[in-house]
Amino acid sequence: MISTMECAVDAQSLISMSLMKIHNSRTQRGGIKLHKNLLVSYVLRNARQVYIKEKYAEIYRMQQYEEVMTVCNEIQELNPLDLDAEDTDDEEQTRAACCGEEASLCDAACQRGAAQPEAHARTASALLSGCPIEDGGKEPEPSDYRSCCMEASPLSHFDQFPALQDRHCNKTTVLDLDTHVVTTVENGYLYQDCCCDALQCGQGAQSPAKKRKVEFGCCISEVEEISDFTAARKRAKREDCSYSNPEYTDTSNISNLISIFGSGFSGLLSRQTDLEQICSKQALASLGAWTRAIVAF
Amino acid sequence: MAGPGGDMQWCFSQVKGAIDDDVAEADIISTVEFNHTGELLATGDKGGRVVIFQQEIENKNHPQFRSEYNVYSTFQSHEPEFDYLKSLEIEEKINKIRWLPQKNAAQFLLSTNDKTIKLWKISERDKRPEGYNLKEEDGRYKDPNTITSLRVPVLIPMDLMVEASPRRVFANAHTYHINSISVNSDNETYLSADDLRINLWHLEITDRSFNIVDIKPANMEELTEVITAAEFHPHQCNTFVYSSSKGTIRLCDMRVSALCDKHSKLFEEPEDPSNRSFFSEIISSISDVKFSHNGRYMMTRDYLSMKIWDLNMENRPVETYQVHEYLRSKLCSLYENDCIFDKFECCWNGNDSVVMTGSYNNFFRIFDRGHRRDVTLEASRENSKPMQVLKPRKVCAGGKRKKDEISVDSLDFNKKILHTAWHPQDNIITVATTNNLYIFQDKVN
Repeated sequence: MISTMECAVDAQSLISMSLMKIHNSRTQRGGIKLHKNLLVSYVLRNARQVYIKEKYAEIYRMQQYEEVMTVCNEIQELNPLDLDAEDTDDEEQTRAACCGEEASLCDAACQRGAAQPEAHARTASALLSGCPIEDGGKEPEPSDYRSCCMEASPLSHFDQFPALQDRHCNKTTVLDLDTHVVTTVENGYLYQDCCCDALQCGQGAQSPAKKRKVEFGCCISEVEEISDFTAARKRAKREDCSYSNPEYTDTSNISNLISIFGSGFSGLLSRQTDLEQICSKQALASLGAWTRAIVAF
Repeated sequence: MAGPGGDMQWCFSQVKGAIDDDVAEADIISTVEFNHTGELLATGDKGGRVVIFQQEIENKNHPQFRSEYNVYSTFQSHEPEFDYLKSLEIEEKINKIRWLPQKNAAQFLLSTNDKTIKLWKISERDKRPEGYNLKEEDGRYKDPNTITSLRVPVLIPMDLMVEASPRRVFANAHTYHINSISVNSDNETYLSADDLRINLWHLEITDRSFNIVDIKPANMEELTEVITAAEFHPHQCNTFVYSSSKGTIRLCDMRVSALCDKHSKLFEEPEDPSNRSFFSEIISSISDVKFSHNGRYMMTRDYLSMKIWDLNMENRPVETYQVHEYLRSKLCSLYENDCIFDKFECCWNGNDSVVMTGSYNNFFRIFDRGHRRDVTLEASRENSKPMQVLKPRKVCAGGKRKKDEISVDSLDFNKKILHTAWHPQDNIITVATTNNLYIFQDKVN
């Protein structure tokens, strides 16, 4: 359990700081330092864990509130003028039941979030393991995550919340004041309204994802170089882009940090210069935007 | 050695390097190493140069000036290179220097940058031949017809000239950045370690090396740790250790198998869960590992502490010394300014009773294991009058700052002492600030 009492630094700013470091390491003299980047990726993983945990707690709090309000409204509709004690009790019980359910789910979520397996290094794309949308009860295969998300662990937060998938939609919409981009948080999943190949790939593009994974393996075994760490990601980026929504290249639609990592960590490290400029600019632009987003119902 | 009261007192002896506050990047000292007798002191810098200082013979008239180190040789060891295949520039910075034990009149040392290790021969020339029959003094050949008699050339004294020549170049064996080299006690082989692999070389053979440790995962996405330092045991030529970024040390025996991926011993201390933070992994990464001279212990340095391990006990260190615990609450700022990635080294004194390491604000720390005492000293130009006794410094972690204490927020994190060395026999220590080399000796009563 990571203590969040860290001299008022929140997880978000650590994430953006870490990404900047990784980005800057590309241009450092002497090549990319594997050791330093590995350590930075650990900080990213830790910050992500805390960030997602906090986000979940917030979402569940909001869901809890909405749930309660919905039930209360329904009750009121059914018995609009019945204000005797019995119904009040029922209402309270219903509310309590909802809250209890919510609370237990929330607790479960927090516990699972905290018990992230330690084994693997995380890159920025680890953020993405929270992103892909799943249909109804369908769980994406771990291999999909590995290939499109650069995530070594087959487990993600979302794999562990099957209950969530059955819940009907609870949306939280986030409006970013800087870029006027709307981000919807649905069922606890964060994704951006406009784009993201990774989201689509999570749903239907199983074979392309697997194909990417195979190419990965080949590429890594062939080329053994210091930028193994990044070269693999560069290749993934190229492949991701080919599947991407054409809107992806529309700069006005890309402002959310998570959307950038929707196409993998290589979102910051692409060899394609135009995308690179877009991605890195957007990454940098969105770093500040993150802190200025507001929540709208 | 100890003054009255048992405390060791240290005096300023010398400082080498420019006084300029404006430090040229090439002048930043990147490694410091005494040779086996302590007579020679080598430094490497970011510009790829090696400077060797030699200790002058004791001045009998002034016994308190026990030793003075003066420049003996300077040479360019490594140049910047460019790897065209990978489009990478290879820095010329000298990462490590290791001396070979002396076998003849010449001295040998190994110096390495990120990719290439070189064996240098440093030899003296103080005589030159004179009286050739066929050559003039300036080297022109004589007309044989003018020669009427023969003579034997003689060697006449000349001003001492120290020559450094590269005898071997060990290249193209490391994909990742070399962080350590260590000469074996057999004086025939040495190891070089990069982030993921350790290679064994023979000093005479440059075109091949044996890979003895390889921790590169099949899938680089599964990378969880890297090698941070490696060293041969001082007496057992089959034993070496390597430390990792996860805070573990593995001891390997080369007799067990050719590839030492399986360790013989694993030294690891369980993490204290109450200290868990965003930066736990960074501060537990080991930056240096050194065997004691007697070979019974080893010392590791991580970001905040030094640990001494008994080779016979794997589950925890026998001693732990906090170097600058007051930085624990500042880790996020240190992460922001990249200081948290600084790699501090550590060293033993000649009889393994005292250990030393560096810190920030040009402070360095000396821990007396036997007397359970420690002291913080500062290397600065202000305290550099000849034989001036260094005053112990104290950092105030919080609360009311006493007189002469310095508060944590006043520390200058740009002034860091990463490299220190202790004379193998005497109480002479050297610490490297950014571009200066300070030499201190203990007070002679």
